Amino acid sequence: MGRYIARRIAQFIPVFLGVTLILFFITTVLPGDPVAVRAGTKPLSPAVYKSLRHAYGLDKPWYVQYVDYLGSLSPVRYSPKSGLRFPGPDLGVSISYGRPVIAMFEETFPYTAELAFAAIAVEIVIGIGVGIVAAVKQFSIWDTFATLSTSILVALPVFWLGVMLQYLFGILLQQWTGGIFYLPIAGASGPPFADWQYLILPAVTLASVSTAYAARIMRSQLLEVGGQDYVRTAQAKGLSPSAVLWGHEMKNALIPVVTFIGLDLGAMLSGAILTETVFNWPGIGNMIYQAIGRRDYPVIFGGVSLILFIVLVVNLLVDISYAFLDPRIRLGSKVEG
Amino acid sequence: MSDDIRASEVLQGGVVGPQAPPEQEPPTENLARRELAGTRTLWGDAWYRLRRNKMALAALTWIVILVAVTLTADLWVPQHFGMPNAINTATAEANQFLGPSLGHPFGTNQLGQDMFSQVVYGARVSLSVGFLAVAIAVVVGLLLGAISGFYGGLADTLIMRVADVFLAFPYIIFALLVLSVLPRDFVTGSILPTVLTIGVLGWPSIARVLRSSILSVKQNDYVDAGRALGANDGRLIMRHILPNAIAPILVYATMSVGGAILTEAALSFLGLGILPNNLSTMISWGQMIAQGQPYLTSSPGVVLWPGLAIVTTVLAFTLLGDGVRDALDVKMKD
Repeated sequence: MGRYIARRIAQFIPVFLGVTLILFFITTVLPGDPVAVRAGTKPLSPAVYKSLRHAYGLDKPWYVQYVDYLGSLSPVRYSPKSGLRFPGPDLGVSISYGRPVIAMFEETFPYTAELAFAAIAVEIVIGIGVGIVAAVKQFSIWDTFATLSTSILVALPVFWLGVMLQYLFGILLQQWTGGIFYLPIAGASGPPFADWQYLILPAVTLASVSTAYAARIMRSQLLEVGGQDYVRTAQAKGLSPSAVLWGHEMKNALIPVVTFIGLDLGAMLSGAILTETVFNWPGIGNMIYQAIGRRDYPVIFGGVSLILFIVLVVNLLVDISYAFLDPRIRLGSKVEG
Repeated sequence: MSDDIRASEVLQGGVVGPQAPPEQEPPTENLARRELAGTRTLWGDAWYRLRRNKMALAALTWIVILVAVTLTADLWVPQHFGMPNAINTATAEANQFLGPSLGHPFGTNQLGQDMFSQVVYGARVSLSVGFLAVAIAVVVGLLLGAISGFYGGLADTLIMRVADVFLAFPYIIFALLVLSVLPRDFVTGSILPTVLTIGVLGWPSIARVLRSSILSVKQNDYVDAGRALGANDGRLIMRHILPNAIAPILVYATMSVGGAILTEAALSFLGLGILPNNLSTMISWGQMIAQGQPYLTSSPGVVLWPGLAIVTTVLAFTLLGDGVRDALDVKMKD
């Protein structure tokens, strides 16, 4: 297990370097100037412009900037004067806000995490539930409905779904109930994990596509497992259908679903740009989107590094949990990951 | 499954499936049919099965209609419904938010522009971006995937590591970043930047699928036989390996067109995909939704129609992809 984790981390390093190198190529070789964006329409005097570029290290060659950036990721600092210190990763200072990038992420990440966990809850309850019903009542009207609705959900543009939900539950519902009952359609209002009403629509929107996939996987897995010998044996022993389902079929059928939901959690924790933009949700996706518009490179680099790291950790946890769920899988002896 | 079908086909002389009624025919014609069935190719088989799949056929019909409408749009849409981006300042206010009528089947938007014309020209952008982006991804993916799978070794390692890097990149962030740093006058009024961005992000998946199917095909005896007969690498790949490894790519590419259309709509919604100038007929469904959003309360149609256009088009490519998968009997993960 330890060797497996070490190898996965070793595989991660070249991917990380590759992604960040491409990022540096895009942002520094191609035109575009964050200082000019920050200054807006007011002309900057050449001296101020120069000193600002110097202050953010933008006047250095790109490979020096890249090494500086890699250094800023390291949680360990060393200087001859103060010796070895452990201040944690630094990620630099935002060009448009003048604040430490790490502090900005500490502020926004809880909102993203809140949204991600709410969406995963929807995915687990509705996705797995619909998948079970569709499989148990195969060829029934419920199965047809599930197949049809999941096909449509997968084809829905997330941002359009968000806008339509805002209209239905925010505006129309308010009109129909005379302003008594409706759902808030934008923002988070208050600290994270406080106002759950604000969470409903963004969470449903973010969960929509994945819920459809989860339901499909659950259904096809149950149908596949249902045809196996050990299930027939359980039925032949005289167990009730529900005992066979929950005690025997689900154990094996759930494994791919758990994997899918786990990987999806990683994707959601890396920020949902579309959902967060539509609902003006103050998470990291929204923050990175605005940073791209402002050419705020430290925020973009920090955000992408954070996302890569989250995805690495979550995928690793999913793989490890896989080995626990299915004892036939031995991670150490796997030939290629 | 497929073997069963083929066996029954030969037995019944070309009539496939249990639901096909037994036909009373003179024996000579039956013999001719049996010969035809025997000479039917893999692709003929697949096309036969696809035609029997109602969902896939409906999807294909919808795509053909969309293509036909967008190809002929210049001949009839502007004449009856107006140019999609033109603003007539004199009548704009009077024509604002008109309901559906014969002259404006989908009504008008906040600027008095005809929504039907906009949705039709939006289809042109969506389909072009979808097909071209997938074409780029397929060409690059096939080339790199073939090299990777056929030669293995250092080239394989290198290409697959680069693919890993591309797959690890947060998709939308990468696309937004590239489109935001490109010069404005290059991006405005052209679908090329969006096509290139989506295409470049799509090749690693294609390369991986092809690589794994080449690896499974490569060991077959007929490949060794071809090599023993003196065929060079190019001929081996083109004539012996690719035809047997291409089915999963076809399925994946069909479904990817829908994905590319969704991505284009999302990028345009965020203001960085298709940036039209008012003189052209270029317009994107995603951009229509973004511009209509503030007027949703007064006229839901401005957001509803382009959204429904996206859903039906993407759904059509997904269902067609499902149909192609079943027709070619490709085993794929759900």
